[in-house]
Amino acid sequence: MSATQFKSPVVRWIDHRLPVFSMLHHTAHDYPTPKNLNYMWNFGSLAGLSLAIMIVTGIVLAMSYTAHVDYAFDSVERIMRDVNHGWMIRYIHMNTASFFFIVVYLHMFRGLYYGSYKAPRELLWMLGVVIFLLMMATAFMGYVLPWGQMSFWGATVITNLFSAIPYVGESIVTLLWGGFSVDNATLNRFFSLHYLMPFIIAGVVVLHIVALHRFGSNNPIGIDTKGPQDTISFHPYYTIKDVFGIAVFLLLLAMAVFFFPNAMGHPDNYIPADALQTPAHIVPEWYFLPFYAILRAVPDKLGGVLLMFGAIAVLFVLPWLDRSPVRSARFRPLFRIFFWLFFVNAIALGYLGGKPAEGIYVILSRVATAWYFLHFLAILPLLSMFETTKPLPKSISEPVLGSSGRTA
Amino acid sequence: MAKSDTNKNPAKGDVQEPGRRDFIVVATYAMAGLGAAAVAWPLIDQLNPAADTLALANIEVDISKIAVGQSITVKWRGKPVFIRHRTADEIARANDTNLDDLRDPQVDTARAEKPEYLVLVGVCTHLGCVPLGQKTGEVRGDYDGWFCPCHGSHYDTSGRIRKGPAPTNLEVPPYSFLSDSVVRIG
Repeated sequence: MSATQFKSPVVRWIDHRLPVFSMLHHTAHDYPTPKNLNYMWNFGSLAGLSLAIMIVTGIVLAMSYTAHVDYAFDSVERIMRDVNHGWMIRYIHMNTASFFFIVVYLHMFRGLYYGSYKAPRELLWMLGVVIFLLMMATAFMGYVLPWGQMSFWGATVITNLFSAIPYVGESIVTLLWGGFSVDNATLNRFFSLHYLMPFIIAGVVVLHIVALHRFGSNNPIGIDTKGPQDTISFHPYYTIKDVFGIAVFLLLLAMAVFFFPNAMGHPDNYIPADALQTPAHIVPEWYFLPFYAILRAVPDKLGGVLLMFGAIAVLFVLPWLDRSPVRSARFRPLFRIFFWLFFVNAIALGYLGGKPAEGIYVILSRVATAWYFLHFLAILPLLSMFETTKPLPKSISEPVLGSSGRTA
Repeated sequence: MAKSDTNKNPAKGDVQEPGRRDFIVVATYAMAGLGAAAVAWPLIDQLNPAADTLALANIEVDISKIAVGQSITVKWRGKPVFIRHRTADEIARANDTNLDDLRDPQVDTARAEKPEYLVLVGVCTHLGCVPLGQKTGEVRGDYDGWFCPCHGSHYDTSGRIRKGPAPTNLEVPPYSFLSDSVVRIG
């Protein structure tokens, strides 16, 4: 570690014995970062901020929440009406959950577009997919806690997915429920796990950052940095850029919290859970809709479940499906077209997941599902073999300063 | 990375003077601090009693059934409140006490709106235990009032501290008589 000299003698004394300040300095200050990162590289810090907001507001909400079928709904209403600032804290928690997914989806599309998953960053990408999976599990269990109609029926439908597993499915579902239906035992364990999992996510985030710092950030050109002339220190250049991104993010979040707090929720969840009455049209939270569309597109119980989980599993092996040595879509004209097709297709899946499972929507869901898997399993491997890529610049500086050897 | 030092005035060598950049930096930190405080406040204030908790902060008690020499204990704000219908002897002893003997001097008439009814928060002012003396047969201490078994504080028939570690008299809660038989506490 570089001989960092801290001004404060107290900091120096501590750092000599417990080098936390050197570590922080190394990770968030000196860390050499490609100098050409664009705003798509803001979403990592925004995801971290979202996680922090979720943990802080969540701990506070848990102080007033009661995990019991008879009290859960009322305790949430009490938070909304009686607890000081409770309405705001809950709305922040609810809306940051949605913003967390928005930010993470953008972060993932960034990775897809600029080939951030390619060697040597495969594990970095896979750890990200693990975080994504953990986030989905956490969000799902959190949505169950208010014990409204959507909570209850969402929990019923999602846990029943596991009943599709041959032979042991029913036993697994009973195990998940701790009974013969979604009931008090289910609510209690979901609360316990919902509280635990964000801290596991935080742990994986640390691994994600360690893996990131091994080779440094990818960049819009997708070529490796060749030395100090291609990088700038993280602080102050990217800290200030991240702070700017955070300001914009908080502005939008505040707009949602204070003006449209329920826009991304479902009104049926303000009806207390009723085990005898399923709502007419049940949909998961918006961030699950693309996967929900895939689930419903298949006219077979096990097949639907397998394809839905497969849609995420395929992300794990993405680094080995796309074998093209060129990372950035900027130098892959065909890939770029297919990326945008994939993007539109993903949005379409989200739209279709929110529509009733009937008529034209079913057919469109099937087409979109087929395209989703075709993209990963056929188009990407074929592109890796047949695409003619554009010539890569020699260095990050070259596109800015002209070809190497000449000054601009 | 070399630090750019825009404040350095070449004419004055290394001497730095606060410039516009310093002002911007300080202003930025000040705004960030204000923002952090504004965010922290709701998160802290939610720990305070909620509206429904405050709404339950007073109770009405029927005292017509308390016989002379009998005490009842009611719950107010989660704490026991002692209501004692005192005997003439107890009232007399409370009034006869020399104020110089008291650690927390207070006359009995200042502690009981109607002398026959003594209303006290039944929480020892030492460390919060509930003193004995409400039920017949319980130890009532050297002054025939209440006795806290946790650390041995003795209270007299007016609930004043007489002996032991407690610093002050048993607290008298705010109360008023709505009628001869109903008292409102809180």
